[in-house]
Amino acid sequence: MPSDAEIRLRERLSKLGGMKLLRGTKLTGELDRLQDQLERLQAEPTAEDIWRSVELARHQDRPYTLDYVVRIFEDFFELHGDRGRADDPAIVTGIGKLGGRTVVLVGHQTGRDLKERTKRNFGMAYPEGYRKAMRAMALADRHGFPLVTMVNTPGAYPGVAAEQHGQGGAIARCQATMARLSVPTVACIIGEGGSGGAVAIAVADRVLMQENAIYSVISPEGCAAILWRDAAEARKAAAAFKPDAAHCLELGVIDAIVAEPEAGAHTDPDAAAKLLELGMAEALEEIEGLDSGERRRQRRAKYRLMGVLTSA
Amino acid sequence: MSSGQGGIDVEVESKRPEEAPQGKAHPNTCPGCGSHYRDDELVSTLRVCPQCGHHFRVRARDRIEQLADPGTFVEEDAELRSSDPLAFFDLRPYTERLAEAEVSTGLGDAMVCGAARIEQEECRLAVMDFAFMGGSMGSVVGEKFTRACESAVAANTTLISVSASGGARMQEGILALMQLPKTVCAIEELHESGGALLSVLTHPTTGGVLASYASLGDVVVAEPGALMSFAGPRVVSQTTREKLPDDFGLAESNYRFGHLDAIVARSELRSTLGRLLRLFRKT
Repeated sequence: MPSDAEIRLRERLSKLGGMKLLRGTKLTGELDRLQDQLERLQAEPTAEDIWRSVELARHQDRPYTLDYVVRIFEDFFELHGDRGRADDPAIVTGIGKLGGRTVVLVGHQTGRDLKERTKRNFGMAYPEGYRKAMRAMALADRHGFPLVTMVNTPGAYPGVAAEQHGQGGAIARCQATMARLSVPTVACIIGEGGSGGAVAIAVADRVLMQENAIYSVISPEGCAAILWRDAAEARKAAAAFKPDAAHCLELGVIDAIVAEPEAGAHTDPDAAAKLLELGMAEALEEIEGLDSGERRRQRRAKYRLMGVLTSA
Repeated sequence: MSSGQGGIDVEVESKRPEEAPQGKAHPNTCPGCGSHYRDDELVSTLRVCPQCGHHFRVRARDRIEQLADPGTFVEEDAELRSSDPLAFFDLRPYTERLAEAEVSTGLGDAMVCGAARIEQEECRLAVMDFAFMGGSMGSVVGEKFTRACESAVAANTTLISVSASGGARMQEGILALMQLPKTVCAIEELHESGGALLSVLTHPTTGGVLASYASLGDVVVAEPGALMSFAGPRVVSQTTREKLPDDFGLAESNYRFGHLDAIVARSELRSTLGRLLRLFRKT
């Protein structure tokens, strides 16, 4: 019996097979890669595979949201500030054209060098960041622009000021905002999908995940520190809670996996961006035709089913 | 030491700091003032220290007894159990931890839900129990809360949530995280059908529960001294090396910063909820 994940990958594979050209770039090799992915999916990822994903998801050269923005969006205009008290550089928001239509983008952003990393707080947002995101989402809803989010954060920032400014409530309200939107929404985990800080901007009609991204309830180190009482047991923790894309797909947490260049997105950001653009465009096309009420109903119904339980 | 037999003992006597008492304090000893109580004394004071006002933790069933009109609580969805989708194993298997928690608490998971009346007002209750694996939220808590929302919609009543949680249940991995959007979506449905959520935060309400349904009440109140923070004090001080204020994450601090409608002493909780139920009644 093929799993749902496998069926979806096969569908994607056959679709890609019929799509020779994308903006003049030949998708050479992509079919092979998806085929590889399919084979890997059929074989359960090993503990080493999972840890490889953790390392690739955090690779210092991995493309961040703005690296994709310059490659995917046309006429991008960044929006700053939460209109309350601050502009959180750990989350970028803006409007741009994707495949000819205007969309709103929300994404976590980390820096390349230490200076920018510090400025961006290593991609860990304050409540102000989530409020900025909500403001951008409201704009999308007001004008009927689809919303695209890119998720890449170790987590929401755990600091005194962040707590005082209402971190928990901001994350909760950001999810509630996404659950309410009447426009099409697509989220993609493009690196580390760390806990509440990640899901805050990932409640979407279609949730995609790059092949080597991770999505988890806690960092491997955090989990190891609590359950193994030793942060050095992070590998064991990761193998136990399985944050890799294949497992997330299998558990129904994400809707599709976006392929990456052979050795990871950082080895060829242009190719990675093409694949991401293709994945997002495809996801948007699937949901754009739906009536807005029906789309929101389906979105909530999807989350209604999350979880695995039994009856005593 | 090297002077051998008959030498003078030159060890200097020094005053050592008093050692912390061994092991855990007795559950009936007040951590605030050290007073000790019999069980029946604590029951009669709603588990609040009469000396210093410290609010002891309250188990879910005791909480329901404190709040609901006698004999009106009818439990719903008690049969739900987690099924260990990841075959999770840390130092011990998750299934073993679950079984142990069930035996020690007498509960199927960390939340008890059902229909009740408070001061004659019909309502639904979703009450967490910290004793069951630290009140962590996994698939069962998420499902129970969601069903409680649906039950409130069906009965056209207000839902009261009483939270006490260390956050999402790590042993259920990403599915535990998915309970955040799941409960959030359930509240959206509740709100769209005209229902209300009253959220009571008790010590402690942290992590994923604070970052989802507990923060989304139409009215949000907390018990005095309750810790309510997204990241716990230890995580914050370890990660940021910031000096934490004495009232870090406490209800009092959250009230000052505008994240709470009120801090309600336990003795006032029942009457406060009764008043709110009357105010939100649509018929």
